[in-house]
Amino acid sequence: MSVSHGIPKQIEELLVTNRRGFLRNAGLLAVSFGIYGGAGLAEANAQSTASAQGPGPYPDLDFRQIDSWIVIHENNSATFYVGKTDPGQGTGTGFRQLMSDELDIAFDRTTCIMGSTDITVDQVGSGGSTAMERDSWPMRRVAAEARRVLLQMASTRLGVPADRLAVNDAVITVKADPAKHVTYGELLTGKKFNVTLNGNNVNSVTGQAKTKSIPELKYAGHAAHRDDIPGKVDGSTKWAADVKLPGMVHARNVKPPYACAKLTGIDESSVKNLPGFIKVMSKGNYVAVVCEREEQAIRAARQLKTTWEKPSTAPFPASEDLFKYMRAATPVPGATPTVAGGPGAAFAGAAKTIEAEYEIPFQGHTAFAGAHATADPSNGQMTIYSNDMKSYGMRRGVATFLGMPNDRVRVTYMQGPQGFGRTAAEDAACEAAWIASELGRPVRMQWMRDEETAWDTKSPAFLVKMRGALDAQGRLVGYEYNARSCDYNHLGYNEPDTVLIAQLMGQRRARPAAGSAALPSDMYAIPNRRMIGEVVGLPAVWETPLRTGNLRDPNGPQSAFASESFIDEAAAAAKADALEFRVNMIKAGTNDDNGFRRARSLAVLEAAAKKYGWQPRPSPGPRGTGKILTGRGIAYSFRGQTVVAEIAEVEVNRETGHVWAKRLVCAHDCGFVVNPESLRTTVECGTLHGLSRAIHEEVRFDTEKVTSVDWVSHPTLRHADVPEQIDIVLVNGDPNPNRPDLPPYGAGEASLKPMLAAIGNAIHDATGVRIRRVPFRDDRVLAALKAAGV
Amino acid sequence: MSKIDLKVNGHAHTLDIEPSTPLLYVLRNDLGLQGPKFGCGLGQCGACTVIVNGAAVRSCILPASSVKAEVTTLEGLAPNGRLHPLQQAWIDEQVPQCGFCQNGQIMTAKAMLDKNPHPTDAQIRETMNGTLCRCMSYYRVQTAIKRAARTLADQSPASQKEVVA
Ligand code: FES
Ligand code: FES
Repeated sequence: MSVSHGIPKQIEELLVTNRRGFLRNAGLLAVSFGIYGGAGLAEANAQSTASAQGPGPYPDLDFRQIDSWIVIHENNSATFYVGKTDPGQGTGTGFRQLMSDELDIAFDRTTCIMGSTDITVDQVGSGGSTAMERDSWPMRRVAAEARRVLLQMASTRLGVPADRLAVNDAVITVKADPAKHVTYGELLTGKKFNVTLNGNNVNSVTGQAKTKSIPELKYAGHAAHRDDIPGKVDGSTKWAADVKLPGMVHARNVKPPYACAKLTGIDESSVKNLPGFIKVMSKGNYVAVVCEREEQAIRAARQLKTTWEKPSTAPFPASEDLFKYMRAATPVPGATPTVAGGPGAAFAGAAKTIEAEYEIPFQGHTAFAGAHATADPSNGQMTIYSNDMKSYGMRRGVATFLGMPNDRVRVTYMQGPQGFGRTAAEDAACEAAWIASELGRPVRMQWMRDEETAWDTKSPAFLVKMRGALDAQGRLVGYEYNARSCDYNHLGYNEPDTVLIAQLMGQRRARPAAGSAALPSDMYAIPNRRMIGEVVGLPAVWETPLRTGNLRDPNGPQSAFASESFIDEAAAAAKADALEFRVNMIKAGTNDDNGFRRARSLAVLEAAAKKYGWQPRPSPGPRGTGKILTGRGIAYSFRGQTVVAEIAEVEVNRETGHVWAKRLVCAHDCGFVVNPESLRTTVECGTLHGLSRAIHEEVRFDTEKVTSVDWVSHPTLRHADVPEQIDIVLVNGDPNPNRPDLPPYGAGEASLKPMLAAIGNAIHDATGVRIRRVPFRDDRVLAALKAAGV
Repeated sequence: MSKIDLKVNGHAHTLDIEPSTPLLYVLRNDLGLQGPKFGCGLGQCGACTVIVNGAAVRSCILPASSVKAEVTTLEGLAPNGRLHPLQQAWIDEQVPQCGFCQNGQIMTAKAMLDKNPHPTDAQIRETMNGTLCRCMSYYRVQTAIKRAARTLADQSPASQKEVVA
């Protein structure tokens, strides 16, 4: 295999075992960690290192070399190496489709290795739904260039000009004499390409060859089963959680019992005699215990006696007082409004004005499993096994945190519980690395359920005030959007001075990150607008479980809940149909861009309405008299250049306040679709993630600590909540048949964004009651219905 | 520490461990199995589900020493490399996103179908309701269960008899 660029064979095979597409066809043997992992592996790599002072064994890969991206094997198969991670949306399969197309090799003879810092170029990892939109392009250009180079080689070998050669499935044939042919594998015979590409950075890397046009693509654009799924259903996938290394020990954190608590004492005698006990590790307010076995570490962490001092002032208000606090707080200076037309005059001359205020609480990642990582400090290097979606940032973060050179640290990306942004996987990795470097043994760190739910980063709470001015014809002519996001000291990815262990050890940034509060993303032609997004902070910003970080479109669901609920309120005030009201405002506009945003907005709204069978009428609809009230709601939004329209049909139980989304429709336009099968699933799951945030999710806290600590105190969507019917409509809104096809845009986040508003609008349609606060839990809905006399 | 005997996926093991050790850690750390996973350790999510005596049980809260019958894990569903109809349905329906919960989904569904080969939609929702998924693959899980139930019905001796007759 790829001895060519120094990839440790054992690591490569380990990663390949998780990706079946190739395994089945190339007959590779599965290997286990027990054989190759740990000290043995580090040793093998360390052999290439002259001394502890010399260069480390893990230099950055050169993105300008074809060999960093593609290895052609003698058996005429190929391995692609990409600097991306796939937390379960199928991007890895999509990259294989695109690269197989550009390279002209059968999809089944390829595999794709992702996101391990010593063997794949730095493409950041994943985030922001940029996999296809941005990061697939360098891969495609490199694969196209590799094909061109192979054609040149074949031309020399066969003595025929390249333009008289044809390529099919990695076999190059003389067009005039098909008996003469040579395979890619025969041309390279396991050797390197040794071809240098152009480009100043990884995103601009290119060769001479052109990429194919959409009609020339054979695999991309068509359904393909995801290659990571078989191993996930038969139990053979090696997850980051499964890593076992010789001499490995287990660590568990002892978290402060309150935010901003100061550690005043540790009584090691409380655990010293427990079986398997190794050590209490502590610095500043950080405390962990290490034991030989996992269950021993869990027990010791629970049993360790520690004493803490509470802070003198409350670190935050209780969750029920959060919005009162945010209303009164002074925003971080510097936000400037976006103004169009003259909103002042529009409101002064309005036939009718409406006002509303929306509240979105902190909502968490609350990943399905606690954060975890394994760190191996063998031979003076550091290897981290992690499912964090940004392995390259983790490598730099861990290196800086430990004071090690980058080229002695590597991160091996493996599968894990979903990573939708800045998760605690990053905190766990730094903790494992610190303990491992102190102890000199491989360490597996695992967060427990209460830590994960309480201490993982949150998406910021939002308070949004809106005003609208309607003219005599019921048109929205004035619009104000004032958002406040509780997001001061927003945590970036893998920052060595803001990961939790660094905070607990006393590190502080001079200038915490300012945070953000997004504006709406619609294409409504409202002539007079004033929009502003301001940030406020809680009293405590360090060593607190209420820390904010990116979660799947970090501000989008909050901002869209407010703006798309408000448009519905305006439509209701104008006694207009909610869909027509939106369509008319979009049609009234003339703005457009190269993403055809106006036309594509109309296309998704129409596609959703058609699929649903939308009948125009004002909202609320005629209210039934029975126990169950039924209604429908629509909402739409952009995430980047991807546009989504969603319709929810809900049943509201008048006696219990329970909301069930009986039917959901999502019309989704992300431009060119690489794999419609995996896209549909991703969109469907994103839509349901939106539903979960609409009806269940809220992080609760008192004035000392987060009280959401498990699946009882922090509910999530369940099987019984699932709609009877979900329709996903993939749209490729094409306003102009003469233009080239749209490129691929992002997916994953977009379908989550408008769902909160769609559900709120449907509840209003069913009951006539507008609830401006998510989640729509039974007690909240029931109280609102009672208050309105429904 | 004390000796306990465990039979897992057809193999007998004798282990020297604390008797109170939850079965999950024995399966994962002593026997090297990767199907059952740690999700909550509280019996709330289903990640750690295995089948004992025909019932889906949560190995994170089950002391290993209390297990007297054979344990089947996800790995044990395809003993000869031939996927169980549920696993095949999971591939056909492309169920998982991250996949971390799918051990729990598949094993809970297996125990259900073994007892009730033709569950109604309401029974599926009710039986599966305590098995969580944070990627929200629920709709697919339910579709795949129905697909697997059809496959199992087609394979059952009764239906084969019909075909022969
Ligand atoms: S890990 Fe056992 S139920 Fe969650
Ligand atoms: S597929 Fe990710 S938790 Fe279920």
